[in-house]
Amino acid sequence: MAWIEKERNIIDFALSSLLRKRGKNLALFLIYTIIVFILSSIFFFTASIKKEASRVLALSPEVTVQRIVAGRHDLMPANYIPVISGIPGVREVRGRLWGYYFEPSTGANYTVIAREHGMGPREGAMNVGWGVARTLNVGKGDVAPLKASDGSYMSFEVNRVFSSESEIVSSDLIEINQEDFRGLFSMNNGYWTDITLVVRNKNETVTVANKIKRLLPDTRPILRDEILRTYDAIFDWRGGLLIFILGGAVLAFAILAWDKATSLSFEERREIGILKAVGWETSEVIVMKSWEGIAVSLTSFLVGVIAGYCHVFFASYIFFEPVLKGWSVLYPHFRLVPSIDAYQIAALFFLTVVPYTTATIIPSWKAAIIDPDEVMRL
Amino acid sequence: MIMHPGIIALSLGSLVVAFLVLYGSAHGIRIVRHWDLRSGSELQLGLERQTYLISTVMSYAFSFQLFSLFLFIFTADKVSCLFVGAMCAAGTLHVNGYGYPALSLKIINFIFGGIWLILNFTDNRAIDYPLIKKKYLFLLALAPLIVAETIFQGAYFLKLDAHVITSCCGSLFSPEGKGVGAILPALPVAPVRAVFFASILCTSASGIFFIRKQTAATGYLFSFLSAVTFVVCIIALISFISLYFYELPTHHCPFCILQGEYSYVGYPLYLSLLGAAVAGISTGLLMPARSTPSLKNILPPILRSLTLTAISLYLIFTLISLWAMTFTDFRL
Repeated sequence: MAWIEKERNIIDFALSSLLRKRGKNLALFLIYTIIVFILSSIFFFTASIKKEASRVLALSPEVTVQRIVAGRHDLMPANYIPVISGIPGVREVRGRLWGYYFEPSTGANYTVIAREHGMGPREGAMNVGWGVARTLNVGKGDVAPLKASDGSYMSFEVNRVFSSESEIVSSDLIEINQEDFRGLFSMNNGYWTDITLVVRNKNETVTVANKIKRLLPDTRPILRDEILRTYDAIFDWRGGLLIFILGGAVLAFAILAWDKATSLSFEERREIGILKAVGWETSEVIVMKSWEGIAVSLTSFLVGVIAGYCHVFFASYIFFEPVLKGWSVLYPHFRLVPSIDAYQIAALFFLTVVPYTTATIIPSWKAAIIDPDEVMRL
Repeated sequence: MIMHPGIIALSLGSLVVAFLVLYGSAHGIRIVRHWDLRSGSELQLGLERQTYLISTVMSYAFSFQLFSLFLFIFTADKVSCLFVGAMCAAGTLHVNGYGYPALSLKIINFIFGGIWLILNFTDNRAIDYPLIKKKYLFLLALAPLIVAETIFQGAYFLKLDAHVITSCCGSLFSPEGKGVGAILPALPVAPVRAVFFASILCTSASGIFFIRKQTAATGYLFSFLSAVTFVVCIIALISFISLYFYELPTHHCPFCILQGEYSYVGYPLYLSLLGAAVAGISTGLLMPARSTPSLKNILPPILRSLTLTAISLYLIFTLISLWAMTFTDFRL
């Protein structure tokens, strides 16, 4: 109990000492907080967008088969479907029709997909995403023309605008029926954009993909897990790259912390001199200095993390949006689901508190070994 | 190299720890060479002041070391989704030849770092720093291990290649596999269980004897048994305890228990084991200092606390394991 009481008194003194040097510590606190804020924003954003991507991809087909001609994605002949259906363990083989439509007046690229018979909009109608409705300036019941590949115009009536909750996947989406799609892009009946399939046993996905490659050598099977892995790697890489670039800022901050800790004012030197003259030991002064550091670290870390959290989940990460998400005319506006875990906090701790603490150890010790008589004589 | 935020954080942390330990060691060499408490020279006064600095530097370095050990395993777990075949840290660490050596060095350095802090704490309590030369020689021996850890960890991260097909914990820790990961799951459960409970009982009993009568024999015996029990506990964890958490007769992975699906039970298990090993082994290392006059009154309470800590932590480990064994429907 005596130890706790002693430690409490030292903390008490450290805090009052911090308050006395308000100006100096405020500057340090502000820069510290900004560093934590920037890094935590990157951490929270990358973690959430990865989670969002895996949530969205969970609904996508397990295997997608594309045809590759001269290294490029080509149309898939319909007679490939029975070949793939014949592979044991494969079920629900479907041809898909999808593509991109460039709208010159807005400079936006829309994703056009065709729904199967009876599931999509009727002929001459389309369902559009929020972003498409915004750029085309249309609403439900309006008619919008789309330029077909032969140069003629096809009119589509807006049947439905997708809800803004699904914007992350539907913002740039135009959904039409298969006949309209083939008309719009002059695509023959014997072709699909690609083929999707479901595998009965999830552990056999790779084997099935290998069989497809063997039977149809000009195809490329893409597994859902591979897409997920790529997303993970891309977002980690983007986040990592930003942190790496910001490494300079962290270093500058560590130098600032070092400088602040070394440049003891006359008042501070006298304060430590008096403490030692009245019986404080060097180790106790170091403990006091450590508590000062811990107080600055904890406050800045907490404030920075909370600010980063608000920035990402409530203020739509306005500062880093283009760097982390990428660029597009038609970028979806979506809110990420708030999530936070101990791992992110631990990694953040390593990137901020560790350099700060390291930079202040030696200056704290230098302050603590000041001789009382040396200070008193000044 | 994979530019993962966790990997960058760990690399930075490791570099900082290595820098701090090397800095401490550089001062340590001067202390080992020139320390003479009877002298009142300028040099001796300077060295006395430096001991405060090194104590502080090392306390921080080894605290970071503890964080870094768990962050390392957690990061390996997190990036496992990038490797075909990996399902948890076991697979990620297997991607190249540096993963498991880096982890082993991290565990060894954590234990040695903890022991160093206890030696330092004891030494600072006595007025004449009786353990100072031994303490800094130990630090000098520890520095290459810390540097090796940084190098191995760096090489591991640099050579992480997402195209490598690795193995999951199911195949690494199965009797059909190769290496240590295959030997432990293949051990017969009944003898391992008997050895596990026996070693916990013997260690606790020798600890209690030592607390009651602090003789040299009981002290060394307790310390030795603590070190043995640490190894036995790890073998038992992989061999049969983990099966109760997974409720699967074939899953022996020592990493999956750190995941949220198993309520992060691995953390209290490993923390108690590591803590017990540090406290238990330190007792033996402090035993020779009992004859030092300035430590005569200081050492017995420290030894008692360390012994009690080690026994309690081993018991916590056993209780968590027993709880899993009792409150699940799974039976071996």
